[in-house]
Amino acid sequence: MAEVVAVAAESLAGSRARAARTVLNQVVLPGEELLLPEQEDAEGPGGGGERPLRLNAGARSRVRVVCGPGLRRCGDRLLVTKCGRLRHKEPGSGSGGGVYWVDSQQKRYVPVKGDHVIGIVTAKSGDIFKVDVGGSEPASLSYLAFEGATKRNRPNVQVGDLIYGQFVVANKDMEPEMVCIDSCGRANGMGVIGHDGLLFKVTLGLIRKLLAPDCEIIQEVGKLYPLEIVFGMNGRIWVKAKTIQQTLILANILEACEHMTTDQRKQIFSRLAES
Amino acid sequence: MAAERKTKLSKNLLRMKFMQRGLDSETKKQLEEEEKKIIGEEHWYLDLPALTEKESFIIEEQSFLLCEDLLYGRMSFRGFNPEVEKLMLQMNAKNKAEVVEDKTEEVDVSDEEMARRYETLVGTIGKKFAKKRDRASYEEDENGDVKLIKAKKMFLKPHD
Repeated sequence: MAEVVAVAAESLAGSRARAARTVLNQVVLPGEELLLPEQEDAEGPGGGGERPLRLNAGARSRVRVVCGPGLRRCGDRLLVTKCGRLRHKEPGSGSGGGVYWVDSQQKRYVPVKGDHVIGIVTAKSGDIFKVDVGGSEPASLSYLAFEGATKRNRPNVQVGDLIYGQFVVANKDMEPEMVCIDSCGRANGMGVIGHDGLLFKVTLGLIRKLLAPDCEIIQEVGKLYPLEIVFGMNGRIWVKAKTIQQTLILANILEACEHMTTDQRKQIFSRLAES
Repeated sequence: MAAERKTKLSKNLLRMKFMQRGLDSETKKQLEEEEKKIIGEEHWYLDLPALTEKESFIIEEQSFLLCEDLLYGRMSFRGFNPEVEKLMLQMNAKNKAEVVEDKTEEVDVSDEEMARRYETLVGTIGKKFAKKRDRASYEEDENGDVKLIKAKKMFLKPHD
């Protein structure tokens, strides 16, 4: 363990920026600078090998690159701020550059605009509800931000209810605000989550893993028995099944599957399917 | 005579809109420039070189939605909550941007037939509301449609 740290410190002390392309899917540490593909030619070893002749050497065509969570802009380069694996996504419809981000793991949630989260109503003051989302401050939710809510027709929300909503304002300078409707005014599944069920907390990385399009865990879980799950990007999962025992089994599976290998998981599922 | 000596009009009067309608475009431009000069000298401005913002090609986003295609957060399996299952199909289809083909509804009656029917309808309903005298001016066409043939008798103003 100490050797790895020493090696890493050595490479950082050298502080020569590496090309982002070469470190894809590898572990990066905070403080590293990464070069974008267009800058590699200029910074590369001078005179080593043939340089491709460019007709317009002065004007380089720049592509818009998006730097996602875990990365920051530092001049023309990307600065890593979280430790994890560097990922890249190619642009789908050709609008420049693609996305780079760091796949890290954490338990503490920081509100981000556009995220769908599960919150617990903690207070009702005048026209707004205070909703605890696991961040540094409780988010505010206006009573008009529900589908079909008017001044006369108030939504039926009590203290202690679970709310599934999304953030409209979420930055480090202001109190986060959430709503339970989308931009067209429709609920789209947001709002108060029904009675019963169980709410528990997991790490943020697990949520993203479970919500990936090709997640096997969810497909296998769905074959066990009828159930309902709601995932909040703030690390909270709400599950409900027909009996309490089934709900508890489901909660235990989802919590444990973070640290299980594929074989262990399959064993457990086959045992469950038998019983 | 009054027309020999031209009255001198003040500058403010000449600057008014109704006095400028008759001027050429050139004189108008000159007047505008003079106005700008007058205003420009009085206005305060910063004596700094124009700072050009460096165009950055890197956009910072803190959201994971852009990075990974995540499914919709509410899920229901084996019919536990049918509304959520419908929502699942809807939202996940939106993510993958599937093209939903609009099935054109089959029309029972074609548009041309509708137009024809309405044409004759006007005649039959009009006949119902016409006075007894005017009913004579409605006659049946070759196709059996009721149409107004003659012009209705209107009140004629008496000539002097």
